[in-house]
Amino acid sequence: MNQQPNLNLSPPVSDEIRRTTCYMCACRCGINVHMKDGKVAYIEGNRDHPVNKGVLCAKGSAGIMQVNAPSRLRAPLKRVGPRGSGEFEEISWDEALEIAVGWLKPIREDNPEKLAFFTGRDQSQSFTSFWAQNFGTCNYAAHGGFCSVNMAAGGIYTMGGAFWEFGQPDWDHTKLFMLFGVAEDHDSNPIKMGIGKIKARGARVIGVNPIRSGYNAVADDWVGITPGTDGLFIMSLIHVLMKAGKIDLDYLSRYTNAPVLINASEGPEKGLFLKDDDGKPLVIDRKTGELTAFDKPGVRPDLSATYEKDGVTHRPVFHQMAERYLADEYAPEAIADKCGVPATRIRAIAAELARVAFDEAFELDHEWTDFRGEKHSKMIGRPVAMHSMRGVSAHANGFQTCRALHVLQILLGTVEVPGGFRFKPPYPKPVEAHPTPHCKVTPNTPLDGPHLGFVRGPEHLALKEDGSPARIDKAFTWENPMSSHGLMHMVISNAHAGDPYKIDTLFMYMANMSWNSTMNTKGVMEMLTDKDENGDYVIPRIIYSDAYSSEMVAYADLILPDTTYLERHDCISLLDRPICEAEAAADAIRWPVIEPDRDVRGFQSVLIDLANRMGLPGFTNEDGSAKWTDYADYIVNHERKPGIGPLAGFRGANGDKEGRGEVNPDQLNRYIENGGFYIAHIPDGADYYKPWNNAYQDWAVGMGIYDSPQPYLFQLYSEPMRKFQLAAEGHGERQPPEHLRQRIKDTMDPLPIWYETDQTGSEGFTVNALTQRPMAMYHSWGTQNAWLRQLHGRNPLYVPTKLMREHGLEDGDWAKVSSPHGEITVPVMEMAALNDNTVWTWNAIGKRKGTWALQEDAPEATKGFLLNHLIHELLPPKGDGLRWANSDPITGQAAWFDLKVKIEKAAAPSDAESQPEFDPIKSPVGTGPKNLAWKVGK
Amino acid sequence: MTRLPTSTDRKMGLVIDLDTCVGCHACVISCKGWNTENYGAPLSDQDAYGANPSGTFLNRVHSYEVQPAEGHAQLIHFPKSCLHCEDAPCVTVCPTGASYKRAEDGIVLVNESDCIGCGLCAWSCPYGARELDQAEGVMKKCTLCVDRIYNENLPEVDRVPSCVRTCPAGARHFGDLGDPDSDVSKLVAERDGMDLMPEMGTKPVNKYLPPRPKDKIEEQIDILAPLLAPVAEEPKGFLGWLDKTLEKL
Amino acid sequence: MHPAPSVIIFTTLSGLGFGLLYFLGFGTPDVSGITAFVFFAIAFALAIGGLLASTFHLGHPERAWKAFSQWKTSWLSREGVCAVAALSVMGLYAIGVIFLGQQWTLLGVVGSILSLATVFTTSMIYTQLKTIPRWNMWATPAMFITFSLAGGALLAGAESIAPTLLVVAAIVQLIYWVMGDNAFQNAGTDLGTATGLGNRGTVRAFEPPHTGTNYLLREFVHVVGRKHAQKLRAISFALAFVLPILLLILPADGVVLKHILALFAVMSHLTGVAVSRWLFFAQAEHVVGLYYGKR
Repeated sequence: MNQQPNLNLSPPVSDEIRRTTCYMCACRCGINVHMKDGKVAYIEGNRDHPVNKGVLCAKGSAGIMQVNAPSRLRAPLKRVGPRGSGEFEEISWDEALEIAVGWLKPIREDNPEKLAFFTGRDQSQSFTSFWAQNFGTCNYAAHGGFCSVNMAAGGIYTMGGAFWEFGQPDWDHTKLFMLFGVAEDHDSNPIKMGIGKIKARGARVIGVNPIRSGYNAVADDWVGITPGTDGLFIMSLIHVLMKAGKIDLDYLSRYTNAPVLINASEGPEKGLFLKDDDGKPLVIDRKTGELTAFDKPGVRPDLSATYEKDGVTHRPVFHQMAERYLADEYAPEAIADKCGVPATRIRAIAAELARVAFDEAFELDHEWTDFRGEKHSKMIGRPVAMHSMRGVSAHANGFQTCRALHVLQILLGTVEVPGGFRFKPPYPKPVEAHPTPHCKVTPNTPLDGPHLGFVRGPEHLALKEDGSPARIDKAFTWENPMSSHGLMHMVISNAHAGDPYKIDTLFMYMANMSWNSTMNTKGVMEMLTDKDENGDYVIPRIIYSDAYSSEMVAYADLILPDTTYLERHDCISLLDRPICEAEAAADAIRWPVIEPDRDVRGFQSVLIDLANRMGLPGFTNEDGSAKWTDYADYIVNHERKPGIGPLAGFRGANGDKEGRGEVNPDQLNRYIENGGFYIAHIPDGADYYKPWNNAYQDWAVGMGIYDSPQPYLFQLYSEPMRKFQLAAEGHGERQPPEHLRQRIKDTMDPLPIWYETDQTGSEGFTVNALTQRPMAMYHSWGTQNAWLRQLHGRNPLYVPTKLMREHGLEDGDWAKVSSPHGEITVPVMEMAALNDNTVWTWNAIGKRKGTWALQEDAPEATKGFLLNHLIHELLPPKGDGLRWANSDPITGQAAWFDLKVKIEKAAAPSDAESQPEFDPIKSPVGTGPKNLAWKVGK
Repeated sequence: MTRLPTSTDRKMGLVIDLDTCVGCHACVISCKGWNTENYGAPLSDQDAYGANPSGTFLNRVHSYEVQPAEGHAQLIHFPKSCLHCEDAPCVTVCPTGASYKRAEDGIVLVNESDCIGCGLCAWSCPYGARELDQAEGVMKKCTLCVDRIYNENLPEVDRVPSCVRTCPAGARHFGDLGDPDSDVSKLVAERDGMDLMPEMGTKPVNKYLPPRPKDKIEEQIDILAPLLAPVAEEPKGFLGWLDKTLEKL
Repeated sequence: MHPAPSVIIFTTLSGLGFGLLYFLGFGTPDVSGITAFVFFAIAFALAIGGLLASTFHLGHPERAWKAFSQWKTSWLSREGVCAVAALSVMGLYAIGVIFLGQQWTLLGVVGSILSLATVFTTSMIYTQLKTIPRWNMWATPAMFITFSLAGGALLAGAESIAPTLLVVAAIVQLIYWVMGDNAFQNAGTDLGTATGLGNRGTVRAFEPPHTGTNYLLREFVHVVGRKHAQKLRAISFALAFVLPILLLILPADGVVLKHILALFAVMSHLTGVAVSRWLFFAQAEHVVGLYYGKR
């Protein structure tokens, strides 16, 4: 033993690498799945993949433990005990599908709206919505409404694209990156990679977040803002920058509606844009002084000039902006206390924004031609980039805050320019290029169009003839007119209340509604199990599809077990939420790198089977035969429009066409050979200034992203919002109900405003309470994972030092945390790097006993807890008998982060378990093995 | 082989950037995955789905709060694995010679077939880099992915430790710290790379890059203030400025 | 450190056993035949029993033989080599004493030295660890050796010298405790040096890397309440030293009574040393605890 052992330094790594797409979160990274003896041995990132370029997060690497998880459902289940008990019997697929058809077919023949079909973390929304549309129900949406619709809608209504995963900073050129309310979620790996790039250059990161964790922990400067006041902070930055003239006037005049004239005549057009006969907004051409359409070749819109007609002065948007944002109410000194940010800090940040945007401006030698035909010899870069997510979004003032943030970016001229924020295809895409919502239900007939979309005014609201909501979630109604993603969080509550009507069957996919994916968890459990006077369930039938033994399984009558992500086909489609980069369009697939070892089926294939059994129109050939046998068949052979299908790559008989092209039967194999994805690069010179860049517009048409070029102006001033205000002022045929009239006037301001969210009933509850998701966990999914649950097996309530001292708390003590809605008793831990008046915890660590194949004494079930118990889907009753949703009044975004609580020191519960506790659910899959030592190759 | 080599040809190791690590645990799990499937015994997990799950990990990410004398508290994520010390006490204490430091690259390894699982090497390590696998009864530690970095079955670009390959933020760097001209050595020189517990005399090969100074923006206000000189006090004056400025454009 | 029964039994018993062998090697007590057999049997039982106990915590006891190989660098290996040498030499010596009525003086002296060397090597296993400041001081081997000698003398019935050795061991014990209580502080290692972040402000451990426990925490982090420790120290001190000394110096008439008192003294000492050893481990703080905010 005096010699070093002779090691084999080149052991074989695997028999084969199968490249597919991760699904451990919504990020959709490319993964190399290393196989040994036909089993998954190791998972790493795919270096060629546009999203992650080889890196992979903790979740992704832990995929092997997900595929082996004991919580995987094994076969279709039929409920045999009462709802919520978890008592099931395993049945055959034939029986399961016949039961489902037996429930669904009569609904379709009678009244399709009686089916509410909502999907959760669904990555096939273009397909699931297609199914729902062909079924004929108007009640379809995914989970965007409680996720981050404010961010998506705020972005699209303002600039035809949003943060989320629809755009990204120009990581290679940015010198100042500012994050608002970003926890460790969208867009998981790309943001980490981007921050890494920025840090490697020593560029500055500013984090605006009440909690200094994750990305905010590495921020060079931290703004520990008071939750819900981001809008005010942003408008103060706007105030300071405008006042100092540190705004990009050239950019504003060319690419935004700042110079567009607003009709000032009293009447139904007041506040709308002056338009020509073609409906084009009008500006004054600075060269000629003439009134002209904004997009006329050669026009240089004047930001300042007004237009006199009939004794009325019509002023441009920019005048109104100056009037509003230069007002002293937005001065840093006026808002500092409210935001919890010192005025000097606000000014310093504004100055730094100005310095980097203007003093560090640079040029790229890219020639390009704009939509007015003007040629530019170079591209001007303003290296300030921003990103924002749920922290800004999930407030009842979130939509306006998101708009304000985009206005700030646009004033600095940093959107779609080098160094700034860039869109990823299919964005930029103006509101006009999006569908409007459809809700016309006819028995045995498909819906009259797509469910979800972007309303342009009251005429697009989803209302029945009598003015009542057409949809079960009341999306696109006067309560929340611009609810582009629906309101999944209201479905169960509304269905239970029969408001606006009762339904027959609730059909859900991948949405843990009886636990962490809902507000008012306990209430939802009661609604799902509540019976009417006849002893029947108030929500008569529930079908649920999930791959795992989640909390929601116990509350369904019929379970259609899904596969894991390595056992299925999927497509990450340009028709949906693709995996594009700012400089490329890209889409991807999943394919079964292993076959299921259980009697489970991919949910999308099951939907096709159901459609075929019911003969749904879109799924059936003229001769009555089925168009597709399964999802893989659909992915390859479905055409949304001639030549455009779910996948854009390898189209055409030879697989040499991209974007548009006839069906290629070998398409999936070509994707597999190519690493599971396809990428089409945007040509040089087309890669910035995309909304106005002819080269990009033409490329996008070629790719099938648009049918024709769609250049547009950024909407600093939102005309659709003004249309709702006009209705509230009494104009137009469609009129809001009286109780909403004032709220619409107040909140639908066409220029961003900030307002205090509705705190009626919250008196005495003064501490903000937030949740965020740990980077290594994805909601409930991580818990069943033997490796990930060791990282986060329980969650304390993090309490700022000041509140710890005030309440005499020490680490490990227990506290009672109450809201107007409920109370929880939980362990606390001190955190100094936290806003002084904010507490928080990790989301969805707490688990119901008996779920996820965990032992009942697992820390997730004993110590872990949900803040959801404190949050209601409704605001406290106002005494008017109405059910006011705890949502943004513009979009219906669930206002999770408006939660205010009271905190008191409490004795440890007698069983030392977090409160409330719930009875265990009987596990349909048993519990996992005691020990693991998972080595595939021997 | 518990005598340390008098010198090693190279000093392969990691440089961990505390200014960039966002605390995502990607390295932790990638390491777990690779080293469960590869070098030696799998990294086992006890009570994997129960009340007290506890497994073997070769790399763990801590987090610390630092409260400066003035200003906001800071949160720093802190990945920690074997530092492959030049003067590795874990090697010399080993009674069987299972623990050794490779003469060619300085990697500290455990030859599992010689390990009696006495635990003394873990006792001698100040950094908590060694964990006794409860299923196998042998000492496990970071191998610097010795079965990756020279592995001819891997593309050259992938011949780095799995934690480095996977790190999304690029906060982990791998190279020869014995070569002053290597990228990692330059990084250490530029960013004042530091040793953990230098007083222990272990001479760690792995270095940590300290976080850059934080929360300094307000101190720059004096320099930045001129940027914010108002062009006008009132909206009306602003429109006047606007007109003048547009003329110049 | 986790006060594992195996290491407490090991160090307590083998210390005592090798202590007795040390005296036997010098012909104290001067016994032969069956009486010698009893003495040697006790000594060997303690020493070998202790050594066997130490293998209980091994992951692979069947490979324990490999531990003899690294005597050039490893104190644990040296201990093994020393122990085998001491036991072999003393075994031969015992054969002479018991069966042949021969006292091979030189062999006995060599065996005695090896026995004490074994105790020293045991102590060095702990003393060498910079990571555990409470052990990393000269007082550790001093304590192991004086304890071994005092216990050995007690067992050997060396009335004349036992009380003195007990007093010396007691003083060393007190010195060890006093020094030990400041050792971590004096070592200069804190969370600041552990993380390199000490110059930025006050460092506090926030979230642990895993919410559950792990090998390191189980092995290295053991918290003993200060009051509890003081109480145990008092008990240990009384049992290990005060009571045995009293029992030894108590004027007692008659061989039987003397033997009974001596037996009590030995039992008391053994229990006291075991408690002291429990504290030796339980109170020893490993610097790795700093990373977990456990100090």
